[in-house]
Order: sequence, then structure tokens, then C-alpha cells
Amino acid sequence: MERILSLAKKKAEEAEVFSVSAEETPVIFETNRLKQLQTRESQIIALRIVRKGRIGFSLTTQRDEAAALVSRAAEVAEFGAESRFELPATNSSANVPVYDPQVESMRLEQMVELGEAVIQQVRQHTPDLVCDGSITRGLLSIHLWNSRGGEATYRKSLCQVVLNGTLIRDTDMLFVGDSDSSCHPIYDATWIAHSMIEQLDLARNIATAPAGELPVIFTPRGVASAFYAPLAVAFNGRIVWQGVSPLGKRRGELVFDQKFHLQDDATLPFCPRSRPCDDEGVPSRRIVLVDQGRVQDFLYDLQTAGLAGTRSTGSGSRVNGGLPMPSPSALVIGEGNASWEEMVKDIKLGLIVDQLMGAEQTNVLGGEFGGNVLLGYKVENGEVVGRVKDTMVSGNIYQILREIVALGKERRWIAGGMLHTPAIYCPRLTVGRSQSHYSGTGK
Amino acid sequence: MSRLDDLRDEITEALRRNQADYLEIRLEESQTSRLQYRGKELENISKTASMGGNARAMAKGAWGFVSFNQMDHLREKADLAARQASLAGKETSQLAPVSPVVDVVPPVIKKDPTAIPLQEKKQLLDEYNDILLSQPRIQTSILFYSDSYKRTIFASSEGSFIERSKIDVMLRAAAIAREGSEVQQASLSIGSNGDFRAVENLHQQIKEIGQRAGELLSAPPAKSGEYTVVLDPVLAGVFAHEAFGHLSESDFVYEDQRMREIMTLGRRFGSKHLNIVDDPTLPGLRGSYKYDDEGVPAASTCLIREGVLVGRLHSRETAAKMGEKTTGHARALDYHFPPIVRMSNTFIEPSSFSLEELLADIQEGVYAKNWYGGTTSMEMFTFSAAEVYRIREGKIAELLRPVVLTGNLFVTLENIDAIGNDLDMNQGGGCGKGMQVPLPVSNGSPHIRLRHCLVGGR
Repeated sequence: MERILSLAKKKAEEAEVFSVSAEETPVIFETNRLKQLQTRESQIIALRIVRKGRIGFSLTTQRDEAAALVSRAAEVAEFGAESRFELPATNSSANVPVYDPQVESMRLEQMVELGEAVIQQVRQHTPDLVCDGSITRGLLSIHLWNSRGGEATYRKSLCQVVLNGTLIRDTDMLFVGDSDSSCHPIYDATWIAHSMIEQLDLARNIATAPAGELPVIFTPRGVASAFYAPLAVAFNGRIVWQGVSPLGKRRGELVFDQKFHLQDDATLPFCPRSRPCDDEGVPSRRIVLVDQGRVQDFLYDLQTAGLAGTRSTGSGSRVNGGLPMPSPSALVIGEGNASWEEMVKDIKLGLIVDQLMGAEQTNVLGGEFGGNVLLGYKVENGEVVGRVKDTMVSGNIYQILREIVALGKERRWIAGGMLHTPAIYCPRLTVGRSQSHYSGTGK
Repeated sequence: MSRLDDLRDEITEALRRNQADYLEIRLEESQTSRLQYRGKELENISKTASMGGNARAMAKGAWGFVSFNQMDHLREKADLAARQASLAGKETSQLAPVSPVVDVVPPVIKKDPTAIPLQEKKQLLDEYNDILLSQPRIQTSILFYSDSYKRTIFASSEGSFIERSKIDVMLRAAAIAREGSEVQQASLSIGSNGDFRAVENLHQQIKEIGQRAGELLSAPPAKSGEYTVVLDPVLAGVFAHEAFGHLSESDFVYEDQRMREIMTLGRRFGSKHLNIVDDPTLPGLRGSYKYDDEGVPAASTCLIREGVLVGRLHSRETAAKMGEKTTGHARALDYHFPPIVRMSNTFIEPSSFSLEELLADIQEGVYAKNWYGGTTSMEMFTFSAAEVYRIREGKIAELLRPVVLTGNLFVTLENIDAIGNDLDMNQGGGCGKGMQVPLPVSNGSPHIRLRHCLVGGR
């Protein structure tokens, strides 16, 4: 790596080498049984240079390609964007623990038993359920050096458990599942089995979905599938700088309900998305994005901050080792004070949305979401009466999150640690339902 | 000659020592160029290189899989895959028989994108960007171009040794319009198997998306509900892919007794005029190939014939377990992943109606064009249209905001009541399954008409 940096310094004013080595071991279950063991080793070395004031970039998977790497970066720098940043000279990172040596010493047999135990427990409840899943342990090593003497090195351990079940009756398919992830080893996933059993119980009956403008409770998983994508783009400093975030010119304004708080936090100990510094070596910190409904800040990497005339928030992230871009680490939505039971009891006729399908495949930039309710329940007179089908919801976060009835007092992590959120209870959302329910056997 | 060729002896030696029921080694090298504009800023221009590989073994009915970037010690890696397979396996290995193949498959090259200087690619993007940014009410643009050359060596313990090369080109353009806090966008996505000409001379289309994004700011949203919907060939192709294509992938079916009952060959899914085909042997499309990633020769597979389920897509394992013929549909995104059952070029065959005839008797409906995306849970699927018009009294009327459409497989295919005569294959899509995204595929269809389609809106 030092060779790459010293070669690059001969051709460029500034240079930065970023490398990630990863080893992952997934244990994969298919159709209720162990089907595959994998070992996945990967390595990426990325080089960013500033040459004649312009940015050049290249990456490779091979350690011994230093000269080719440098010459490709120099070639593209001729056309690259003008550099608007200074690489950080410091090597001080935030104190954020993300490595637990116990993860590496998890034995394959333990991981297999963990998966088998959950599958057995859930199938004891519902013998016809067909389960798939994976238990993964992994280790990442991240190194960063730059020509200004900046340096960052850290290791991250990861453990993830994902289990899904499908229940088919005639042509009706019910999908249940849950997942857990941590930088600590996961030895017990009983709660995932309980969560799946609870979903199976709630979904036992099929209810005729209501249609129209109705109150809706988004479970934490529902919040992730409907709101995550539009929020992540709206607070992206690059989108703001381009002038196409609906929030761009509204810093300090009351945009959301006063009960809504949002922050991005990469400093939580042993959370999968935490890190001592970002992928450019800028120390991590907690960034308040929305306080009591008011927009406070946006997420910046070095180049975007330079363009926008502000400072990096330590949000530079590289996807597959590519050029850094601003990106949330772990979005955290503040909890409210309502219990789940209180929220459900409050609804005369409405919907609970737990999983939305296809919600992000629309104009998320404008705050839109809309999709088929893959898992959701009808609420009638304060009680869950069954699962809905052939139903879709659509809305815009700038209307939906403007007026919130209540937020749940309990929060949970979703989507591999990308979001920590309570349930959100919204007064009205457009619910559409298909009239032509499938009823025959069709054979 | 490249570094992959230096590894031939090691590959052969690793396979010769194999103790598992089956072992394969797949090595890959690729070079990729990317350019991305956001507004006037050339945000990313890069040239990258990648090399890696994997060993996959089957023993007692289970798989071991080892992927890597360090190309040394191939034998140890193959041994590890074999050990993992034996550790996981408790049953009997079943793989449909195929004859070993030794072959070299050269890339399809028409106008080679990898031979074109960066300066020229940038020039083309500059022209497109100027057009986008000069349209009324356009705040900014996104233009993304990539080309990649990929060479793969596949070798198996059964004696196959196949070298394949492929060049893939992609262009995506989006215009983003804003007025106050209202933001709307329109986009275009074009791909090609080895032909740079596919992304040239798009100035008119680029101008149209720029204009449409601006017009969307004042377009009304659709009202949520059931409509008669006419889909254009692009969106109907996405519909065929999501609504039916994924369920024809046998890895969802082969070990699940209930799914096998639902997907019994001979079951009726649609009316007599509906025919759906997946064909990787069509020349020169993005989903085209001669051999899949298990070294199985690709075969055209009819999925629906006259409304009836007649075939499905297979890997060697799913074919063996279901007692059916291999079709050559086991594909891997790249060396990080094992092959899984995937589509290639999926399309609805044309029938006789013109677009005017499809529209003629619709009093109030929706004409939906172009895609944002699509997804499926098997039974339920959604697909979203980026360009939507109201249909009124048999004519295409005003522009509406983009919509998400949804359906139920066991109802919606039967609700296709008319199929157009204008088949067109869309080359701009990528398919995701598991972690493997975006895999180059193409989808196609003529215009089709769907009764009782649920449309999201306000």
C-alpha cells in the first residue's frame, strides 16, 4: 500500500489509498435444512488522486498492480472533477468499538445449530411453514492512508441472522421473517422465532382490506420499507447541493411533526453500521438531522462539503470501494410515548403496515412511496382482525410525516442496523384495494 | 494472454484431485470504465480492474462455495469448498447430466465501446447533458455511462473447460425538475451487448425526458383504484419478468411440495393468446449467452403456451430433482456468487392488435409506459411506470404523475385480454435476486391490455 502511495505522489499533488479486506462465512438454509456453507474472501484497493487540481480514481482487487492502478487514476484525472477538499492530516478517530474477537471464534456447528433451533421452534408452531435463512459471521479490515500523513485503521466484526418462512395455502402465500445483526456474536435467536410466530398468529385470518383515506400504523419494519429511501436521499448533502432535495432550502423550518426527531449516528458501540471514522478518515459523530420537526443538518463528505461551502460531517461512504459519497450510517428516529396497544386501540377502521413491496420504485426524490402491502393487518374497533391482501398504499413523506398521531415508546433495529425506529401512527393514508379477489383453485 | 491463462495447470490439477461428488472452478477478470455527471459536475470518471474466482463443490446433496481475489493456492480453495460440502451434506447429490464442453466463446463486438477513447465518451455525455440542462424547469441531471469487458474461465471435474468473453454497455439519463419543494424526474435506460452505437444518437430521446420531467411538475396524480391499463412494450416486458418470469425459476419451486403443486405443468394461467418465452440464444441481446455458469448449453424455453404453463427455467440441480431437462439458466452475477436460476431474454410473443385497437373501447383507463422498477413476492408483484397518461374515450389524454401498479399472479395473467402486434425488446434493465444485482437481462413484449389492474395514487 505504501508503494502505491509513494508511486502516486510522484504523479499527483494529493493521493489517498483505501483498502478493505473482508472474510465472510455464511451458513445457508434452504427448505428447512442446511444447504450450503460458504467462505467469501474479498479485497479492494482504491486510489484517489488530485492531479493538476482534478480528481482521478481507480481500483483493483490485486495487491501487485500498483503501477497500473496509479497510471489509470492519472489518465482519468485529466477529465475529473475539480478537487474542492483537503484530505484530513490527522489520524485521530472517534472511540467507537466495532470489533469483538468472539465473532471470529464462532464455530460453524454453533451457527448451524442456531439456525436449526429457530426453524424447529417456528415449525413446531406451524408445521407447513417452509423456512430459508442464513447465519453469517464476518470480519472487515479497513485501512486508509493519504499523502498528508493522515491514516486510519480499524477492524469490524459482524454477525447476522436472517430467517424467512413461507406458508402456502392453495395459491395464498404468506411471508414471515425477521433478522438480527451485531458486531457481537449472536448465540441465541429465540426472539426471531417468537417474532415469526407472532406474525403467523396475526396473519392467520384473511380480512377484507378497507379502502380510502385511513389511519395507518407503520411497524418499525413498515417505517423502514416506506420512509427510509426518501429520507436517505433528502438529507444527502450532494442532493441538497444539486438543489433537488425538497428539504434543501428549509433548514431551520418546521417540516415534520414536532414529535419527529431524526439523527444519523455512526458512534453507537458494536452496531453494524458504526465506525470510528468515515471512508475518508473523518472522525464519526452523531448528526442531528431533525429536532422537534425542524430540519437541522444534512450529510456531507469532503468533496460535497467543499462544493457546498461547509464541513464534512464524517458521512463519506464508498459502495464497493468506489468514490466516497455522502450516505447515512444508522438513521435513528426518536421514540414517542405510545404503547403498541394504545395505538391499535385508537383505530376504529384502519391498517397496520409491516412490509411494503416495491415502495422505493417511484419518485423517492420527491418524497413519494407506494407499494403492495406484503404483510399488513386490518384493524377494526381497536383490534387486529386479520391480514390484508391485494392492497396497496401510497403517499408522500412530506405530507405523511407532517402530522403524526403518535410514535411508539419501544424502538428496534431494522435492515442490518440501517435504521432504529419506533412504530409510527399516521392519521390518514391512501389505501387502495383490488376488487377481484382470487377465490377459485384455478387448476 | 492474460494472468488467467497462467492458471490453467493449477485449475486442471485442482479438479483432478477432487474428492467431492462434483467440483467446478470459475475465474474471472474484468475492466470497467465509468462516467457519471450530476448536473454540470463530472462526479465520477474511473477505470477499474478486477480479478477473482471461486470454487464450488457438491457432496451428499449440499454445496460448498469459496470465493476469493487472491488467485494463488487454487487447490487449497477447491479442497475447502469440497470439505464444506461434505460437512453440510446428508443426502444424495443430484445433478442433471450434461456432456462436457470444451469451447471458446468470443465477445459479440459491433462497435467496441472499450476501444473508444474516454474523451469521446465524455463528449457524447456532454452533448446529452447540455440538452437536458437547457430544458425548462430542469434543476439538474444525472448521466451515468459504463462499459465493461469480462472474461471468464469455467472448468468442471466432469471435463468441461469453457472460456467466455462479453462486453456490456449501459447508459442511464435522468432529468430532475423542481418548482418550490416539488421535485419530479424522468429517465431513460439503455443497454447493449457489445455495441456502442446503442448509446449514440439519443439526442431526441434525451430532449424528451428533459421536457417530460418539467411537465410532470404540473401533472396531476392518478386516483387510486382499479383501471383498464394498457402497457407499452417496455413496461409490459417488466410485467412479464416480474409477474411470471420469477415464478418460473425452479429454485423457488424444486424442493417445496406446495410450490410444485401450484406450478404443475399444464396449469392454466392466462387466456389462449398468451405465450411467454425465455430465450438466451437470441443473438446479441444483453441476456444472451451460449453457456450458463454451470457450463450448460443455453436453450430457448417456452414458459406459457396458449395460456398454459408448459416449461420452467433450470439449473442442473433443479432439473435433476424435478426430473426435467436442463435449460441452461444457472447464472452468477460475478465470481463472488454461486450461480442461481435466472432469466435471460424474457418476452410475451406478439399477437394481432394495433395500439389504436387496444385503446379503442376504453372509456376511462391508464396508459403506462417505461419503468422505474418492479418486484415480486411470487404471488403478488408490483411494477412502476415512469410515464403515465389517462385514457379517455379510446384516446391517450393528459400526462399523470408516475404510478405503482400491482397485481396477483393468479388473477392478473388471466386479465390480459388483448395483445398487440409490436414486440420490442428492452435492453436497459438489470435483474436482482438474492444479493445478485444487477444481472444483465432483457425483457420484451408488444403493447398489452390488462383489465382490473390496481393502480396506486391519491
